Amino acid sequence: MSKTDHQVHPSDHGHGHDHEMNFWSKYIFPLDHKMIGLQYLWTGLFMALVGGFFAYVFRMQLAFPGESVPGFGHVSPASYNALITNHGTIMIFWVAMPMLVAAFGNILIPLMIGCDDMVFPRLNRLSYQIFFISTVLLFVGFFVPGGAFGGAWTSYPPLSARAEYNLTPWGASIWLLAVALEIVAFLLGGINFITTTMNSRAPGMKMMDIPIVVWMINIAVVLFMFSVGPLVAGAVMLLFDQTIGTSFFVPSGGGDPVLWQHLFWFFGHPEVYVILLPEMGIVAEIITVFSRKKLFGYKMIVYTTFMVGILSMIVWAHHQFIAGIDPRMASIFSFTTILISIPIAVIFFAYIATLYGGSIEFKVPMLWALGMIAEFLLGGVTGIYLGASALDVYFHDNTFVVAHFHYTLIPVVFFGGFAGITYWYPKMFGKMMSETLGKLHFWGTTIFFNGIFIPLFFLGLAGQHRRIYDYRNFPDLAGMQDLRIFATMCLIGLLISQIPFIINFVRSIKNGEDAGKNPWKANTLEWITASPPPHGNFAEMPTVYRGPYEYSVPGRKEDFWPQNQPS
Amino acid sequence: MNIFPVSASTFSGDIDGLFWLVTTLVGFWFILSELLLFYLIFRFRRKKGVKAQYIAGESRKEMAWIFVPLFFVILCDISIDLRTHSVWQKIKETLPQATEKVRVIGQQWTWVFVHPGPDGVLDTSDDIETVNELHVKVNTTTHYELQSRDVLHNFSVPVFRLKQDAIPGRAITGWFEATQTGEYDIQCAEMCGIGHGLMGARIFIDTQEQYETWMAQEIQKQQNYVASK
Repeated sequence: MSKTDHQVHPSDHGHGHDHEMNFWSKYIFPLDHKMIGLQYLWTGLFMALVGGFFAYVFRMQLAFPGESVPGFGHVSPASYNALITNHGTIMIFWVAMPMLVAAFGNILIPLMIGCDDMVFPRLNRLSYQIFFISTVLLFVGFFVPGGAFGGAWTSYPPLSARAEYNLTPWGASIWLLAVALEIVAFLLGGINFITTTMNSRAPGMKMMDIPIVVWMINIAVVLFMFSVGPLVAGAVMLLFDQTIGTSFFVPSGGGDPVLWQHLFWFFGHPEVYVILLPEMGIVAEIITVFSRKKLFGYKMIVYTTFMVGILSMIVWAHHQFIAGIDPRMASIFSFTTILISIPIAVIFFAYIATLYGGSIEFKVPMLWALGMIAEFLLGGVTGIYLGASALDVYFHDNTFVVAHFHYTLIPVVFFGGFAGITYWYPKMFGKMMSETLGKLHFWGTTIFFNGIFIPLFFLGLAGQHRRIYDYRNFPDLAGMQDLRIFATMCLIGLLISQIPFIINFVRSIKNGEDAGKNPWKANTLEWITASPPPHGNFAEMPTVYRGPYEYSVPGRKEDFWPQNQPS
Repeated sequence: MNIFPVSASTFSGDIDGLFWLVTTLVGFWFILSELLLFYLIFRFRRKKGVKAQYIAGESRKEMAWIFVPLFFVILCDISIDLRTHSVWQKIKETLPQATEKVRVIGQQWTWVFVHPGPDGVLDTSDDIETVNELHVKVNTTTHYELQSRDVLHNFSVPVFRLKQDAIPGRAITGWFEATQTGEYDIQCAEMCGIGHGLMGARIFIDTQEQYETWMAQEIQKQQNYVASK
């Protein structure tokens, strides 16, 4: 965006003028993309604590069935179901999406492509406001007659469609409305991301000069938009089934429950990649900076990411191998599912190759990024077991699946999220976080995380299914209680390990060391402006001369070469 | 190493075998990648006076670092796909001739099993209905007809490595052949409401004589019940 453009349109949202903003217009109803991003981040982190607390309660029930849980009380079957349902829903829709897509997308895109704000700042603010309403609505669901919905986050009808089956007439509808509103919020946000990236790049920034994280967030948003339509349609149909007695998904009225599964998973599987991609971008940014290396095969990674996106749209039925679909479909979906290992392998090989010949410094963001790669590998390879239709017959809805997807989602959402937060914290708040507290947080999280989910692989192999609140009802499995207790203890360890992070995050805002403009000596545009950047981002709008990863270029004295620096 | 429960059906060995094939192949790549990752982290940690190398990864020679291993990954994928396809065909796509038949009905929150009784035909007056207790004969190919009376359930017999969703409005036919006698868990593996965690049943894999003894008892029970009315 040229200087003149910048001066013409800010009347729209006020930067460029030095007017004082009061508390409400700055923090509660902001138009600034960075503040909206922070709102998403804080909401996401808060909801992570809620989701974590739910996990603590139901894991305590699994470890000590029937006993009262400190801080919660007795866990009834109904509340157990509500807890697991909302744990899943919250972690995917209210933690992963706001943190990885909305928060980082909002904070990073305008800064990294060198423009003053999103193209539609008011739409951006509306997006967060709708998201906030959806959050409140989700909590309201716990306090209505009948209690919160407990039909699992997949919400399969007829259970979810009829109150006589789920016994939560209000809970089910409010849960569904909250999810639908959340999706509307991300659609609005996503429109902004794509429009901004395509139209507002700094002069000189070609498509192949866009930092990889911006690429990946945009591809994720495109994927989200392509896949979400069927789910929204499905949600409306399900809401009608619940409230006005239609029977889209209820066989007694002529409907088909499997239809919902298609609509849900046509969105649900790409959604995994919607979450995965932004985080893979974050990790890529960090490993290049902390190994002082050019990102290995940048263009190849961009093209491969498109391939991941396309492939992710044709794998959904692997959730339905044993759901009564024609068995002849299985081999095709098995094939496409396993096919997705190919582009993912390319990207991860490229990340590992980036480290070769580097000068690697183990600052906290780098630990999280490397930890993400190391842990996600296990999540990735265990996906092959589940993609193979014949093995899925045994593992479907088994704790092996639970372990697998936590090995993909925890490295993605939390390792990737913490990598991003610790890396961009100096830019967000102008202060450095404590390295010592950061390392404590990292090692505690890593050790306890593995302690929870490795046992779940073995429980799954032994035939334990998920969503069952008391294994004393199953004689063949009742004896494995020690492993469940061990996993639960590790979960408590994992939750305690988050305390150093919370202290670090809050304390450093005031007491951290001043960060300066570019504490990591990185190339991308966000590091050329003040920390935190003023409303409007850049004192002088940048011009871009080269790609984002020119580290350790031979013949240069410094090992970094900012994108805006003329040669 | 025995990490699975008892293998008690003709196809459970195929599934376990596929598991070990996948474990060998992906285990190799997993360990290789982790070792490489840790080696690189250690080998290229920051040292005073050593500058990072400038490698773009754009040239054909550098891309070979990615695409040569990728070629072998693809070979592994294909072998997993082929084996998966053949195992799947055996379990789910084919329906071998059966000598026995049983109807399995899921409902919130119990399993109802309808055995055909002495005449071997379902839906006749001598049908034997049991709740949460399924009796099958060892070494006999059995067809199950799976139904649901309300919501989705899933008929899961871990020792058989068998799992199939029950869908209201449909009758899904599948098969198994038990290879080992004993008494094992049946679980419901699809969220079916508040009582989902209680919806367990037991499967009794009987010898011919055990099965006949049980059947005689059930017929007696049924007659007593009718008489008492």
